[in-house]
Amino acid sequence: MESTTPNGVRSVSAEQFHRSLRGRRLIGNAAVILFLGSTLVGLATLAALIIDVLIDGLSWIDWDFLSTYPSRRPPDAGLRSALFGTLWVGGLTALFTFPIGTATAIYLEEYAPRNRLTQFIELNISNLAGVPSIVYGLLGLAVFVFLLNLDRVILAGALTLTLLVLPLLIVAGREAIRAVPDSYRQGSLALGATRWQTVRHVILPSALPGILTGTILAMSRAIGEAAPLLAISGLVFVTFTPGHPFERFTVLPIQIFNWVSRPQLDWQHVTAAAIIILLLVLLTMNATAILLRDRFQRRSEE
Amino acid sequence: MTNGVTENPGGGETRRASIMTTVVSLEGSRDRERSPGRLALPEQVSDRVPVAERPVSLSTQNMSLYYGEFRALKDITVEIPERTVTAIIGASGCGKSSFLRSFNRMNDLIPGVRVEGSVEMAGVPIYDRRVDVTELRRVVGMVFQRPNPLPMSIYENITYGPRRRGVRNRAELDEIVERCLTQAALWDEVKDKLNQEGNELSGGQQQRLCIARTLAVEPDVILMDEPCSALDPASTLRIEELMQELGHEYTILVVTHNMQQAARVSEMTAFMHMEEDRAGLLVEFGPTTEIFTTPKEKTTEDYITGRFS
Repeated sequence: MESTTPNGVRSVSAEQFHRSLRGRRLIGNAAVILFLGSTLVGLATLAALIIDVLIDGLSWIDWDFLSTYPSRRPPDAGLRSALFGTLWVGGLTALFTFPIGTATAIYLEEYAPRNRLTQFIELNISNLAGVPSIVYGLLGLAVFVFLLNLDRVILAGALTLTLLVLPLLIVAGREAIRAVPDSYRQGSLALGATRWQTVRHVILPSALPGILTGTILAMSRAIGEAAPLLAISGLVFVTFTPGHPFERFTVLPIQIFNWVSRPQLDWQHVTAAAIIILLLVLLTMNATAILLRDRFQRRSEE
Repeated sequence: MTNGVTENPGGGETRRASIMTTVVSLEGSRDRERSPGRLALPEQVSDRVPVAERPVSLSTQNMSLYYGEFRALKDITVEIPERTVTAIIGASGCGKSSFLRSFNRMNDLIPGVRVEGSVEMAGVPIYDRRVDVTELRRVVGMVFQRPNPLPMSIYENITYGPRRRGVRNRAELDEIVERCLTQAALWDEVKDKLNQEGNELSGGQQQRLCIARTLAVEPDVILMDEPCSALDPASTLRIEELMQELGHEYTILVVTHNMQQAARVSEMTAFMHMEEDRAGLLVEFGPTTEIFTTPKEKTTEDYITGRFS
């Protein structure tokens, strides 16, 4: 079947060429279908879940649902205390996490000497990001609730969540700082700026959008957590709006956990409605993070 | 801040006095940011002193530089005259940039760097423990290979250095911006868009902006690390003209790969060469015309005539 070109170079005949091409195309198409199928498994499951929750809960959401306290009777049950609890815990966690996480990231990227101790610290921070959240809950219970005698209050919950998400923010903050071009650093130092002035006036402004994105993503992790706070607050029934950090509290995920474990059919709807609210809060936060990151990228491309 | 930079004190001080100021500011560097700023615009020297008679600005004696175990520079001894453009030429990797950066101690940023021997500026040992690196970097300014304006407006790029030293007065800052941009031959092009981002300018304009912002901190020495290698020929020409003009007022040390450039802009030339053990050596140092026409060393001649690069 082999033919020879005028130059004497052996070449594959046209027929052979087409046959092998058909086979390769077939394999190529099969691969695409396989990958698309894998993607759809996740997407379809997620879509089914969301649709199911929406059908179950959407009709239960109204102003009363957001503004009333939990109740023993499903039609009267509301999210008020859980929403305020989430706001309090989330707000305080952000307040603690942002400065500590940013400062740690700055230290590790800009100041820390490259030695074994630093490497050890960095390794541990990465490892801490992978510790199961219930472990943090138990740690918080032992340290903040009992050792520091804070009792099962908002502050104890916020401090526990701070420990939980701090590694995430430190990792994100370091990446944001590392993305600042070294030429900025050198330019600033060469003009006789001190190290701190360089950090304050050049590094931080450039890295801030990235750090903020990291903070928001860390916060959405914190707000979605039930396990560590369950250890702190217990499965409580809160019928007041917390006014300061030393009050008992509940949060959205705990309230959901509370309701979902009840047998009566109506509680399913209440739970679904609460899940929708929680998802809304989280999606809003993530969308903000994405918007920030986009603006950041566009600016640094210029 | 204390007096910071006020109106130019004593407009007609001699060059000597200005160097003394530098010495004093380096000596007293513990209490930072107190040095009275150098004269804004030293009077133009019409009849220039011959190169050989100019006072020494930067000098090294048996200076070696190590990156960890690796010796990058070996036994360099040189005396660079002030208010002169001095070119450093040599093949890639022979340590020209390392040598340049040892004068404002930018090498300190690299872990494991060690300098042996002495490096002095106007008689002050700059690797002395008492020398404040921040103040040294103000007195020894630097322009980088790639234009690197800070991510802020043109105005803020110029005022960045003065502001960090405590200059707050708006009128004074305005004056600095106009003077430095004019000196860097950029004022006419950007005076109407001072609030535009510095990195929106063209490459050549960005490099002139970087020169202008270096002038704003009133240095004595300006180090330039291949300042034209990222620029087109027209921009290169402008920067070269600028270097020659500034060479009357500042000590300029420029690393270049371009021998024509060295010949065009510099009065003194240092030729560096890499040895077998990859350590950089200073082969020959002298007036540019001599280096290019009657080099004393065989390696210099080979390099100049393009026998290797």
